[in-house]
This record gives sequence, C-alpha cells and structure tokens, in this order.
Amino acid sequence: MFLEYLSLFGAAFLAAFGFGVLYNVPSRTILASSLSGAAGWIVYYFLSVQVETHLFVGAGAASFIVAFLSQWCARRFKMPVIVFAIPGIIPMVPGGSAYTMMRMFIEGNTSSALTAGTETFLISGAIALGLSVNSGIVQAFSKRAFDIKDKRYLP
Amino acid sequence: MQQYPVARILDVCVEAGRVMLENGAETYRVEDTLYRIAKSYQLKYVNVFVIPTALILTVQGDDGQDHTELLRMNETITNLEKVSMVNDLSRQLAARPLAPEIVIKKLLRIDATPLNFNRLQRNLAIGLSCAGFALLFGGQFIDFLPAFVAGTLGHYLFESVNKVTNVSFFAEMVASFFIGLLVVFFTSVGFGQNVDTIIVGSVMSMVPGMAITNSFRDLMAGHLVAGVAVVGKALITAGAIGIGIAMVIAFL
Repeated sequence: MFLEYLSLFGAAFLAAFGFGVLYNVPSRTILASSLSGAAGWIVYYFLSVQVETHLFVGAGAASFIVAFLSQWCARRFKMPVIVFAIPGIIPMVPGGSAYTMMRMFIEGNTSSALTAGTETFLISGAIALGLSVNSGIVQAFSKRAFDIKDKRYLP
Repeated sequence: MQQYPVARILDVCVEAGRVMLENGAETYRVEDTLYRIAKSYQLKYVNVFVIPTALILTVQGDDGQDHTELLRMNETITNLEKVSMVNDLSRQLAARPLAPEIVIKKLLRIDATPLNFNRLQRNLAIGLSCAGFALLFGGQFIDFLPAFVAGTLGHYLFESVNKVTNVSFFAEMVASFFIGLLVVFFTSVGFGQNVDTIIVGSVMSMVPGMAITNSFRDLMAGHLVAGVAVVGKALITAGAIGIGIAMVIAFL
C-alpha cells in the first residue's frame, strides 16, 4: 500500500518533470512544479480509485489542490501561477482517454469511443473548474479586489 | 494626456502579444496583459480580441482617432519562462510606464532568451515522463524501460519531421506509427509486457490533453471562439495519433 503510493508519487513526479522541461519551466522552480503535480495525482488517485467517487469529483478536487499549492508557490517564488499550475495538472489531463477515443473511433468501436470521449470531456471540465473555482476564491478574498473597479478580463 | 504617440504604444502591445502567443500563453492571459499595458499608458476604449492564431487591438487616443492593429500568427511552442517574463514586464509597466522604445528592446531581449535545456536533455526528460505515464496507466515496472526508449525516440522523430514539413498532423502520424512499430517489436522479443499500456505512455508526449483542458478554461472564461478552435485542433491531433497507432495494430 505505502510502496504502491510511493511508486505512483514517483511516476507522477517524473511525468510532471518531463513536461516541465519540455515547456521550459524556469529551472529554479522546476522541482516545486513537479512536486505539486505529484501531490495532485496522489489526491486524484486516492479519491477516484481508493474511495471510488466519480471521476469528476476526484479530478476537480485534485486540480483545486494543485491550484492552491500553485498560488502558495507563486507567492513564495514570486512567479506567475501558470509556471506551477500547468506542470501540476499534467499527470491528470485526459490525454490517454483522448487518444483511446480517437483510436476506438478509427477501429470502428463506437461505443467504447463514446465512453472514452465522455471521460475525456468530464475530466478536462473538472480540471478547468477546479482551477477556476480556486482563482475565483482568491480574487474574491484578496484585499486588492475591493478597491479595483477595473476588472474587465477575468481569468 | 499621453506622452507617447499612440502608434508606438500599439507596437509595444502587439509585440508583447506576439511573444506571449508564440510561446503558448492562453488567450485570456494575452487579452488581460494587452489590456493592462494599454491602460497603463492612459489609452481609452481599449478593445482586445485574441484567438490562438490572430490578435486584433483597437484603442482611441486623445485626439479621438481610433487605431487598430492586426497580427496573424502561425507556429506556437510552449515556453512558460517567456510567458512569465512578459507577465512581469506588464506588471512593471502598470507601476511605472516606460518609453515604448525601451519596452520594445526589453521584449526583443525576452524573445531572444535561450531555452534552459538542450535538445538531448529535453528528449530524455520527455522519455522519463512517458515512462512515468506508463506506470500511472497501470503498467508494471517491467514496462518502464520500453516506454522510456519508445517515448524518447518517438518525440525525437516528431521534432525532426515537424521541423522539415511544418505540418504537425503528418509529424504526429509518422511518430506514433514509429512508436507503435517499436513497441510491438519490443514486446515480441520480451522487452516489456503490456502493449497497450506502453503505447499509451509513449504517445503521451504528443496527445493534446493539455490543449483540451486549456480550451475548457478558455470556454469558462468566456472566450468561446478560442475555446472551440482549440478543441478542434486537439481532436485532429488525437485523430492523427490514433491513425498512426491503428495502422500498426491493423497490419500486425
């Protein structure tokens, strides 16, 4: 059990680290970015595989936690949030099911393709929702928000 | 009252937008940054419209004259360091507007920043990432090394073909076909166990999971055109990879 989680943590760390290098994350933050990805995956795995909630709940909660960690790291390292949030959600993004969907469509297996497609769009919607909810909360509670009227382009 | 000509300020905004879009910033971030830069120079009636391949910016100067610039973009890569540097620059400008010539020079310097890692390091790191994904998708430890080798070589091939042809659909198809062949060969000689897991892990460097998630974020932020366009591109990319792998599976 502990060993399983440790190996998954390591695998998610490697996945986030590789994409961090590909996306040219600044080298002084790459460890923090990869760690937030690994932490997010562990939450996702715990919620969706161990507790067996819906995928939507697991992915949303995990991306909320990734966004929270990214906000904290962004203050700590004085960098924009995306430097941490994008490598952080990499292990969860539904690339595998997007690929499965297209491959099943091409092989003529339409019902499996629709299942994988639903999973793809549910998970990506949940991840986006988790990030948006977090940034909404931060904006609503930050001290600056009350005296800035000019909020035309919300994230 | 503006200290600088409106056309120069527009040049600054469009140059900043070009650097951000070329380096894979989300559309809402580009719109927000350009709006803030234009506002920090006291321009009125700022309207920005950004989609992943183009950028339109209209402002009004003190004389009541409207100025518009349009920029058309083609190739994009993802480089978070440059995006964050432009972001920092826009914050500095909001605190204290600099002369447009100085800002253009700073933007050119940001654009010329070299990558942090060379090509070999990038490919090895993406191979490690593919191997990690093979474990995350339920693979055994025996699947780690084959996914690493196939991911590294596949991404190397993808970069090479993409440089030559400039049609990313073709490059993804060729690279995933090669990955499929390599993985089937590996498993047939006993190097690795589960074909499907290793293939999914190895193509993860190209599949558009990030693009689909970003498009949902765009849609939620109200950028409907950009969101739908990115979903379309992501589906075509996934289709290219699916065709490449399906060819291998069908013929072997």
